[in-house]
Amino acid sequence: MFQAIMNFLSLWALPAIIILILTVGLAKKVPLYETFTDGAKDGFKVAVNIIPYLVAIIVGISMFRASGAIEMLGNACSGILTALKIPAEVLPVMIVRPLSGSAALGVFSDIAHTLGPDDYATKLSAVMIGSSETTFYVLAVYFGAIGISKIRYALLVGLLADFIGIAAAVLVCHCMF
Amino acid sequence: MNYIFYGLIVFSIIIGATNGRLQEVVNSILLGAELSVKVAFSLIGIMAFWLGIMKIAEKSGLVEFISKLIKPVTKKLFNEIPENSPAIGDIAMSVSANALGLTNAATPIGIKAMEELQKHNKDKSTASNAMCMFLAMNTAGFQLIPATVIAVLIGIGYKNPTEIIAPTLLVTTIAFISAIILAKVFEKFWTPQKENGGDE
Repeated sequence: MFQAIMNFLSLWALPAIIILILTVGLAKKVPLYETFTDGAKDGFKVAVNIIPYLVAIIVGISMFRASGAIEMLGNACSGILTALKIPAEVLPVMIVRPLSGSAALGVFSDIAHTLGPDDYATKLSAVMIGSSETTFYVLAVYFGAIGISKIRYALLVGLLADFIGIAAAVLVCHCMF
Repeated sequence: MNYIFYGLIVFSIIIGATNGRLQEVVNSILLGAELSVKVAFSLIGIMAFWLGIMKIAEKSGLVEFISKLIKPVTKKLFNEIPENSPAIGDIAMSVSANALGLTNAATPIGIKAMEELQKHNKDKSTASNAMCMFLAMNTAGFQLIPATVIAVLIGIGYKNPTEIIAPTLLVTTIAFISAIILAKVFEKFWTPQKENGGDE
């Protein structure tokens, strides 16, 4: 029952928003087609604007991943993890999550497939992935789109919040599963 | 950002060399650069679509209506932004789209919100307090339904994938609220936004 409601919600959320916006627009006598194309013409400009920022961040992060630094960080932290009863498999999820969304999802699928649905590591990493965002990507895209290079404390806050999220995930999963 | 950029690249090269993976690191430059352009180009169409839809929402007064609806909250969080600015409505729509897991819609709307915030920004190359607050909310990744994760879990034969929703919701709420508090705290202690600098 609950699952059916959830599925219904995820399926209808987008169409409902689009219907709502168009219907209100029509009722308020907004010239729909002209307004749409007028707004849409900025799409290309915005996408092209973010390229330099994306290149800087994505190249840096793929170099970092290729260097093997994540595995080294994993070995260095393994002592702390055992003390906190966190399965070692989950560590790459924690490190990769703020850096790359697709990589984190890849690591998670890997854990899920090798350890299976009943393993604690699967559940813990599922909660971690579901409750966080790709901090570096979000910052590069959003600041890049408007040409901001001095980001002040934005990255620090993002990473601290990620860290709090990881800690909360460990705590909550420890109590629930 | 300068130090992060330098550190990320130089550190990767040194670590890669000591691990005997220098070749992989060099290859990843090309792969990463290619991927960035792919990501940007894949955004063009969907970006155009949502910017078009949002323009309609703005002209019909829907964005303004939403801004008014959430005014009590945004007044505290984004105190530098005028109450009737379309930025507030855009922020609300972007956060809701994110919460519903509609990433394709959330990014274009969020970028539009950033453009509106930029209009109120005095120094166009430095992030304003309001931008940092908005992105803190965004990077915390508040989500009601973790649809992708559930899809993977269903794929491996997880009997009851929806049991993941409650803990995820709890964790994401904690992270979201801490991000907002952190952004408010840093706003007070960091170098004021009007002066040049503040970015280490």
